[in-house]
This record gives sequence, structure tokens and C-alpha cells, in this order.
Amino acid sequence: MSEPWEEEGPGTVKKFMYVNRKAPYGTIYALESLEVVLIAAAFEQDVSMAFLDDGVYQLKKGQDTKGIGQKNFSPTYRALEGYDVEKLYVEAESLAERGLSEDDLLVPVEVMSREALAELMNEQEVILSF
Amino acid sequence: MPIEANGKVYETDEEGYLADLNDWNPDLAAAMAKADGADLDENHWEVINFLREYYEEYQIAPAVRVLTKAIGKKLGPDKGNSKYLYELFPYGPAKQACKYAGLPKPTGCV
Repeated sequence: MSEPWEEEGPGTVKKFMYVNRKAPYGTIYALESLEVVLIAAAFEQDVSMAFLDDGVYQLKKGQDTKGIGQKNFSPTYRALEGYDVEKLYVEAESLAERGLSEDDLLVPVEVMSREALAELMNEQEVILSF
Repeated sequence: MPIEANGKVYETDEEGYLADLNDWNPDLAAAMAKADGADLDENHWEVINFLREYYEEYQIAPAVRVLTKAIGKKLGPDKGNSKYLYELFPYGPAKQACKYAGLPKPTGCV
């Protein structure tokens, strides 16, 4: 019987990728994805996140949700580093189509082409799409 | 179960976490601890205040592993370890300290 403060190992570690395609508000997908990512990270899985289509807006700096009466959860993306979730991939085409650049994003990310991202997806063991 | 402090009654969820984060005050934390049979000393307050700052910055309650690491960064390795934090908060540092800090239950706690 182990003491509660003795950490157990993570057991089986899998490569999880969470794919985010929707704008942060209006639907619950972005927030739910973020919560599941935090849970997977708490279980010490190999977690990465991809942002494409309107999903790139999730990482946009300067979000202000006062007008819609919802919690602005964008500061939570900055907590990901503390959870050792450091692989954040943003699709270059999606950014460009929306007139955004890496400087508009609130956390450090790796911007990559649609083609490179597709290859990365191929390497995953589990892909969850939100 | 509602909790009383300074003659005022505050709503909580079924596990005792404060319903409205904005209701929080230090007396309320002390009342919650007393209900659990605990007394808060300066070491407890250090963690509770740390959690409130963490929530203010990131809008979430950290998982226990993240809390331990972050405390270690800020307060040194003597305090940034599970044994120290479990001695302060025997019901689980993230769960119990978050409750006293008025935060929601940490994401990933089941």
C-alpha cells in the first residue's frame, strides 16, 4: 500500500492529438477540448493540440467576452505549459485565410503547413476532433 | 451544503465547493477548514493564496502535479513536494486547498 503522496507512474503512454476547428465561443467544443486536454495531461499522456479552420481564433490575443456574458477562458491556454503540454500546432493556411499571424496568438506555437500537419496526424495513436 | 461565516450563509455545491467564487473571504476559508476539523496556519494560507493567484492568472484550478511543481518554483523544494502538501492538506492538496480558496474542484479530479 503506497502513501498518497507517492506518485504512481503514468502506465501506458499514448500519443494523443486534440484537433480544434471551431471558434472559441458560440459552441462548447473549444472549452470541452481544453478540459479534456488538461485531464489527459494530468494522466501524463503525450498530448499535442492542433488548431485549424476557425479553431485558430481560440488562441487569439485580447479576447473580451463581456458582451456575451461568458467566461473568457483564453488565459487557460497559458497554463498548458505548466501541464507539460507544449506541442501546439497551428495550420499556416488557416491563419493566413483569416488575416492572422503568429504575433496575434497568446501562446508560443509551431505554425506548419496543411501538408506537414497531415503527416503529424498520421503519427498519432489517438486523434480527437472538436 | 451551505456554509456559514460571520453570520452570513454561503451556497456551495454538494461537495462543499463555493458556488460563487466572488463570495470568498478569509473567514470563509477558516470556517470551511473548521468544518473539516482543521486549523489554518501560515503554511496553509501560503498555499491558499497561491491558488487564488493561480486562478486569477489562468482561470482554472491546477491539478495536483501542476500545483506541486508551481509551488516548488515559487516557494522552494522544501514546499514543492507532495509529502509536505499532503501533510498540510490530508484530503489531497489540490482538492482541499482549492475548496478553502473558494475555487472550483480541479479539472481532472474524479
